[in-house]
Amino acid sequence: MSTSSLFEKRAWKDLPVAGIIPEPGTSTKYRTGDWRTRKPIIDEQKCTNCLLCWVYCPDAAIERTPKKVMVNYDYCKGCGICANECPVKAITMVMEAI
Amino acid sequence: MAEIRGLTGDEAVAYAVKQCDVDVVSAYPITPQTIIVERFSEYVANGEVKTEFICVESEHSAMSACIGSSLTGARTFTATCSQGLALMHEMLYIASSLRLPIVMAVANRALSAPLNIHGDHSDMMGSRDCGWVQIYAENAQEVYDWIIQAFRLAEDPELSMPVAVNLDGFTITHCMEGVEVLEDEIVAKFLPPRKPLYTLDPSKPITVGAWATPEYYMDFKRQQVEALASAKAKLLEVTKEYAQFSGRKYGILESYGMEDAEAAVLCLGSTAGTVRAMVKELRARGEKVGIVKLWLYRPFPMEELMESLRGIKALAVMDRACSFGAPYGPLCSDVLATFQRYGLRIPTMNAIYGLGGRDVRPWDLSFLFDEVLKIARTGVVRNPVVFLGVRE
Ligand code: SF4
Ligand code: SF4
Repeated sequence: MSTSSLFEKRAWKDLPVAGIIPEPGTSTKYRTGDWRTRKPIIDEQKCTNCLLCWVYCPDAAIERTPKKVMVNYDYCKGCGICANECPVKAITMVMEAI
Repeated sequence: MAEIRGLTGDEAVAYAVKQCDVDVVSAYPITPQTIIVERFSEYVANGEVKTEFICVESEHSAMSACIGSSLTGARTFTATCSQGLALMHEMLYIASSLRLPIVMAVANRALSAPLNIHGDHSDMMGSRDCGWVQIYAENAQEVYDWIIQAFRLAEDPELSMPVAVNLDGFTITHCMEGVEVLEDEIVAKFLPPRKPLYTLDPSKPITVGAWATPEYYMDFKRQQVEALASAKAKLLEVTKEYAQFSGRKYGILESYGMEDAEAAVLCLGSTAGTVRAMVKELRARGEKVGIVKLWLYRPFPMEELMESLRGIKALAVMDRACSFGAPYGPLCSDVLATFQRYGLRIPTMNAIYGLGGRDVRPWDLSFLFDEVLKIARTGVVRNPVVFLGVRE
């Protein structure tokens, strides 16, 4: 989902008054992955699809398909728990380009 | 027909709040504010008002209840002072940051320790940066008029800001004066029902008080600074209109003798009465002295103050609070910063006075006027900060 216009960086004059969020349910539009500094990369050759990363990810940012797992980078915060838990070391954390 | 009633300052507050058809009052009693809450709860008990009176266990809760109430669009009032205002401190910022037009009477009282229940401005000055519009009244009549105007100003649809009306503990709160009150219908006409900026409404959900990252927080504060600054122009509109309803004209400040004054005293609140009497006496003796009293303290009326002080050779600023460790008392710091900003150099002294209810006697003021006249003659400030009436 694309970032709502609500979250575009506006000048102070154009921000909603008093910092209120004038519409409901906007958290679904907010990509919490924005502030990630390190990014998990899954090596599909090594992955055994054991789903441990899917279990451990605190942000439910690992998505599963019958054959493989994928990271949803819109919500992955880069904590590295998945890389730590992967029993076959299929996940490496790489620095985000600044 | 306007009617004159014998009211103490506190009673004048309660009577004005009653006429303002307030939806919610939440307050905790504290001397010398107590009579406001007592009188108002009598109105509630007698069915004279439709107000919901929320009893709470502390001032922190009082302001929290006011914030919740104001968020729903209700007209909301509270009153406190001293330790009570200090206990509210964190909630004051939330009320102003959320742009909630709560009106609060502050019955100015000293802060402990030592324990003291008498008047000074340490309470409000300790919270002067909390983003509220701050008004200081000189007597019970002004208190009555300012409470009514405060609701209109606070609830101005473009402004929507909380307003604190300050009245000196005991000197105003407990002294009975003749107060000319308006008829209920006149107040109702002057103060139409509140039209909130936004409200909590289950059918149109919004989020209030959300988390703002460093990338946004500062921009919201920038917005708030500008919003508070706009209160000055709004206040002038409100006071102009109130004059048509009441025949009494208020504004940003009031001066006396300033047309040709060479030395002036600047102050807030009830002391202005004594200073004005002294100015009259000195002028009768040919001294070119004057007084400027600020009604509006926040936002600080820089331009109007500069305008009123134009041409003087010396100024004494009276502060009824200490700003511990600072070069001057709070009001004097603001004045000198304003001089600096406008490139003005008026030799200025600061008099700390009246702490914990210490009386300001005529001879204290004659000493002050002697000093400021000396500065006007010589251009030299020998004592930048004096403590009026302290035993040496
Ligand atoms: S780095 Fe953290 S948030 Fe991202 S997928 Fe792995 S466990 Fe989830
Ligand atoms: S934990 Fe490692 S092996 Fe298991 S599914 Fe995730 S990436 Fe594949």
